[in-house]
Amino acid sequence: MTSDLVPYFPLRKARVHEVYGPGSLSFAAVAAALAGGDVFWIRERWRPEILNPSGLSAYVDPSKFLIAQVKDQAEGLAVMEDALRDGHLSLVVMELGEPLSLTEGRRLQLAAKAGKTIGLCRISEGMGSNAAETRWHCTPVLDRDDSTLQRWEITKNKSGTLGVWHVRWNTASRRLNVVSPALE
Amino acid sequence: MRPIGGPFVLTFKQSNANRIYCLNAEAERQGLHRGMAYSDARAFCPDLQSRPADPIGDERFLNVLRRWATRYCPWVGLEGADGLVLDITGAAHLFGGEAMMVTDMRQRLSRAGLSVQVGFADTRGAAWGLAHYGEGLAETGRTLDALGPLPVMALRLEDKTVTALQRLGLRTISDLVESPRAPLTRRFGPGLMMRLDQALGRQPEQITPLADPPHYGVRITLPDPIGLKDDVMAGTSRLLDSLCAKLKAREAGARILCLTLRRVDQEAQVVELRLARPLRDPQRILPLFERGVADVDAGFGIDQMRLEATQVLPLPAQQISSVTSSRKDQLEDLISRLGTRIGLENIQRVLPADSHIPERSFLIAPAAYSEPEGPWVALRPRPLSLFPPEPIAGVGAQPPKQFRWRRMALSTARATGPERITPEWWLEDDNWRSGVRDYWHVETRQGRRLWLYYTPQNPGWFAHGEFA
Repeated sequence: MTSDLVPYFPLRKARVHEVYGPGSLSFAAVAAALAGGDVFWIRERWRPEILNPSGLSAYVDPSKFLIAQVKDQAEGLAVMEDALRDGHLSLVVMELGEPLSLTEGRRLQLAAKAGKTIGLCRISEGMGSNAAETRWHCTPVLDRDDSTLQRWEITKNKSGTLGVWHVRWNTASRRLNVVSPALE
Repeated sequence: MRPIGGPFVLTFKQSNANRIYCLNAEAERQGLHRGMAYSDARAFCPDLQSRPADPIGDERFLNVLRRWATRYCPWVGLEGADGLVLDITGAAHLFGGEAMMVTDMRQRLSRAGLSVQVGFADTRGAAWGLAHYGEGLAETGRTLDALGPLPVMALRLEDKTVTALQRLGLRTISDLVESPRAPLTRRFGPGLMMRLDQALGRQPEQITPLADPPHYGVRITLPDPIGLKDDVMAGTSRLLDSLCAKLKAREAGARILCLTLRRVDQEAQVVELRLARPLRDPQRILPLFERGVADVDAGFGIDQMRLEATQVLPLPAQQISSVTSSRKDQLEDLISRLGTRIGLENIQRVLPADSHIPERSFLIAPAAYSEPEGPWVALRPRPLSLFPPEPIAGVGAQPPKQFRWRRMALSTARATGPERITPEWWLEDDNWRSGVRDYWHVETRQGRRLWLYYTPQNPGWFAHGEFA
């Protein structure tokens, strides 16, 4: 990992972050791998997509995952707040369907601060909350000789600058490699 | 059920035939007996009424009766399927003597609608004989006088032995006592003389009192009704302390706890707490009650609280070491706490399963009832997300060069495959009706990496997952 990504990734602790774009799932998987510890994944019951543990095993051990199936977003947020405040998890991921209000976003930040846990919301484009610490836009990029290349862009950062990186996940060593965009 | 006049039997199906399980006195007078085929009994007695027997219910009732009988003496055991045996040594004077005690028993049981046969003697064997064949009291030291005229059946012997004794002309117990012992032992074995000696008190016999099953319930009645959440929690804390002490004494842990709060208007509110693992630590259980207690409507106040562990599992004491971290405990507490909010079964974990079918390569199990398992082996790259197959336009066995998926125009840059997965014919699955699938890992120029499959038996292309 090159030094210029270090301040922002692995994600800053005790904060809630946001990610969107087609590569957001692998971003969450990499975040879970680098957070190292128990991961709580909150999803609404009606969503057709499911997380595939066999695919996840390339990033992180799926036995570290706990999945909460919730009825709707309000219930999910309540669970997320509790899980963040608990302080024994390393990462809490939630898939959001509707934008967060300022109050909800702030409450999540306070809970994350109290529990010193990282929160990550997978959102749709243009749905971000002002309370988020960072917001990432992730898109997979075609690469001639590798199939994990992604373009990660910070579009909001409360305590730093914005930037773009091209990263690649190394399955064997379970590391994130930053590559030069010239490869594109 | 209303009382029935006339002959009445309970029937029980044994080896494909309805047989008489139990009968009333009137039916007995008609010449019926236990074990008789029900159809025969109907032939003897056309106006016979019957009901199916319920041996499990009978056993439960007998256990209730056994518990009731401890009002007479502490040593109460079961005798067969329909009897109780009481050792009233040293307890009879509390009821004004033995005869008074028996009268008391009879009165109380007949008031409850039970017909009872009581035998009372110095020994267990003699009491059994009297209860079954004589019904009466044998005075202390004069067992033989009461027992002598009874038939030999009263000695708890096998049917074969009884028949043989009757053929020898030994019909009553006094006949048996007077005849020489040695030839009888040689003829019938030691069992016969043992039973006789037990009945006459020459050989000891114990009764086994049954212990009451442990009861994990505690309650508190308050002089003044309470309504504040903190007060209720303080009461719960007291109840938990004594319940957990009980659990600890028996090395058990509660899995499901039920807190009943009775209000002054006689309404009861129930707070159920389901735990992720058996626990008996009050400090860990108490905070989990907070959410349920906060939701309770106290009305005009709560004046009685009752806490019961409805599901109790063994929880042996464990060695605490520096290696076993408290991390796991804390995670389980979190699962319990969130479980009170969204339901314990909605917090799940994934377990590996032995199947090549992508949807069945893992199991989803409630986290509270499973342990994490591993290792996870992916022989080939698998997508991060799976969704129900979405059809895309395409023909032929090679992935389409251009296709539309979710209203996006995508063009294939590189396709890896095919990987053929055949359905598991031994499991019925509607999604796999279309036959074998050839899976392709397709990387598009636009960046998306999809998992497509082609079904050669019913030509068509579908998207099944995304690598992202």
